[in-house]
Amino acid sequence: MVLRKFCIWNGQSWNLSQVPVFDADIFRKEILEECRSGARVVNLFGALGEEGDIRMFAVISKDDDAKLSLFSVLISKDKSVFPSLTPELTAVHLFEREIAEQFGVVFEGHPWFKPVRYHENFRNVPDCWPGISSKPIPGDYPFFKINGEEVHEVAVGPIHAGIIEPGHFRFQCHGEEILHLEIQLGYQHRGIEKMMEEVTLERAVLLAESVAGDTVIGHVMAYCSLIESLSDCVISPRAEALRALALELERLSNHIGDLGALGADIGFLPTAAYFGRLRGEFLNLLMELSGNRYGRSFCRPGGVLFDLDPGMKDDFRRRLSVAKKELKELAELFFSKPSVLARLEGVGIVSEKTARELGMVGPAARASGLSYDVRTDHAFGMYRFRHLPISLASTGDVFARAQIRWLEAQRSLDFLLELLDQIPKGELCKTVSPLKPGQMALVMVEGWRGEIVHVAMTDPQSKINRYKIKDPSFHNWDGLAMAVRGAQISDFPLCNKSFNLSYAGHDL
Amino acid sequence: MGPTISALMSILLHLSVILVFSPFILGVIGKTKAFFAGRWGPPVVQPYYDILKLLRKGSVYSTMTTWIFRAAPMIAMAAILAAGILMPFAGLKAPIQFWGDVVLFAYLFGLARFFMVLAALDTGSSFEGMGASREMTFSCLSEVALFLNFTVLALISKSLSLSGLIGGDVSLLWHVLGPALTLVVISFFLILLCENSRIPVDDPATHLELTMIHEVMVLDHSGVDFAYILYGNAVKLFILGSFLISIILPFKTQNVFMDTAVYLSGMTGLAVVIGVIESAMARLRLNRVPYLLISAVILAVFAFIITLVRGGF
Repeated sequence: MVLRKFCIWNGQSWNLSQVPVFDADIFRKEILEECRSGARVVNLFGALGEEGDIRMFAVISKDDDAKLSLFSVLISKDKSVFPSLTPELTAVHLFEREIAEQFGVVFEGHPWFKPVRYHENFRNVPDCWPGISSKPIPGDYPFFKINGEEVHEVAVGPIHAGIIEPGHFRFQCHGEEILHLEIQLGYQHRGIEKMMEEVTLERAVLLAESVAGDTVIGHVMAYCSLIESLSDCVISPRAEALRALALELERLSNHIGDLGALGADIGFLPTAAYFGRLRGEFLNLLMELSGNRYGRSFCRPGGVLFDLDPGMKDDFRRRLSVAKKELKELAELFFSKPSVLARLEGVGIVSEKTARELGMVGPAARASGLSYDVRTDHAFGMYRFRHLPISLASTGDVFARAQIRWLEAQRSLDFLLELLDQIPKGELCKTVSPLKPGQMALVMVEGWRGEIVHVAMTDPQSKINRYKIKDPSFHNWDGLAMAVRGAQISDFPLCNKSFNLSYAGHDL
Repeated sequence: MGPTISALMSILLHLSVILVFSPFILGVIGKTKAFFAGRWGPPVVQPYYDILKLLRKGSVYSTMTTWIFRAAPMIAMAAILAAGILMPFAGLKAPIQFWGDVVLFAYLFGLARFFMVLAALDTGSSFEGMGASREMTFSCLSEVALFLNFTVLALISKSLSLSGLIGGDVSLLWHVLGPALTLVVISFFLILLCENSRIPVDDPATHLELTMIHEVMVLDHSGVDFAYILYGNAVKLFILGSFLISIILPFKTQNVFMDTAVYLSGMTGLAVVIGVIESAMARLRLNRVPYLLISAVILAVFAFIITLVRGGF
């Protein structure tokens, strides 16, 4: 049998009927074979089919090829069972748990089958978890345990000592050494995916901005591109350039804030304070651009709402040049202090193999040597015209993750300074025509944490009937759990800060 | 009655000096750190405000805890103050002094620590258990260094009383045994940083429950109890700091005001030095802290050897 391959580009839309439907064993074989030859599962998600069956879609990416291959399988609504891929492919374990939670599909042979976000499924059928109440609450499920006289368990959260998001961390420790960490999230589940199908497009864009409070531009850009793709709207080059400006400012503010936070965690005050001030500088630029420090209400389907006039452009260029100089001095101070390096180097190592197996993305993956960046590999928007070099490190420790932030910040600054010199002309915001019926579209954006993937499907009435969001944190939380294995428990906050993942983005 | 009352008066005077001045040191450290961070920082008197605020608050007790949890902050505070009575300050003689009071001095701090560790274990929290285990591990090492330093000073001054160790004419000894005293000063400074949970050993500013040592032990304490703990820590820093300053600045002019001025500026200088260290370096990894303490021990051992050779004992 010859398989009908279906390939898509980032940001493309296509007719739903074009997506091939494979048999279960071919579906499995196809994913496993692709991944064995170096491909990566970008997304694996379910949607309700026309007859109430569950249609599971797989999006596979070969990173040396800008195309994504897409195929699906049907799971019967009466006997919702599917053989799990996890034993052979670790990267899909959370995807399978998510599908199981949303659609009540049992993945046979899944080694750690438990809810992700603790909500009832979308089909109103009994949930597929054995021994869990019908109204599940986060954390109400057995945790991985290590037994032994000298092993002790440390439970942290969901309420923390600092002002951070809620999440539960369960450590199995031997003295000061961490043997195992299980991370349980779901406390911030708001049901965004479901709401996206129910609300009007005017409200949906606000929801997209609230997926993760620190990745406003990243998520809203993915949402806007998706709507534009579904309605065949091509935005002007000027709007593309301004979106890229906002996205890079968001990246800069977060990367630099993270470097400051790393300094605060190891008790190195000078850079903690000055990086913090510098972060404010980028947030202020974003505010002058959009009226909001986090860039809310800047991107809308069809373009952007606010323009950058020539006076502002010169001011931006001047301030970015100053920030670039200050950042260089600060980073040189931070990365040259022996007492700082002693804390960062060799701590919380994620090997390249582990990072690949877990399907990690973003700066955390690049710190482990995985050369992957959506801006280069699946270029979108402005990045199709301007090449940004991928920042890479190989050690995979806290130092590498800090170093990647510093490298990316430099490259973003260079990119912005160049971009500000030649912002193209064009209409700021176009009107978006109604969505096409029976379509599907996929958009990937490199947010500051990594690859953001939004997928939408429309029904014959042109209404969105499935919206799937994947935040980079979804992959990377497991990276954190692996990074701290064998590490000192006192180094956990530092490792956690070096990843700085989103709880809300994971919980949706 | 006369002698008893004057003894009581001198104890009260001594305690009030300690209680009035000790939070000031913390304030100066805070101000120094703020300077290096490019901030104005809280006022120097902020630690006083903090303690007064906590004293006005009520305490919350977990149902898991017993009387030990409630008693420990008071016992710790009392033990630290008692240790303060044995310590002479520039212008003030120690109200109580006797042969061998250095041992009592060291173990009054030990008693305070013992009860704080018990209180931490009493809560049954895994964080506080971790903090208690770290505190005990590190104090084992710092105690060795502390006693070696006392031994050196006892050999030099031929006294086993705190007032004899540092109340005598230390300035003369600097001429004879300068190298040994220098090593003692460095070693004692490392002990001081460790005992008072300062950077590079512990970071009093973070509230990350997994990395702290001292702070994590007192997570469950609140209100008045927590005020005692904070105050106790300030007093401890003040007392150990005075010990160090008495060795570094041993000038005696017989003029109480001059002596006090020298002493107070010495203490302020010490606070600034601590602040500079906290600003200029990152905290050590927890498993490297023992190396720092072992170097304090080794410095003290060398001081001991030099004293034996040079002093001709």
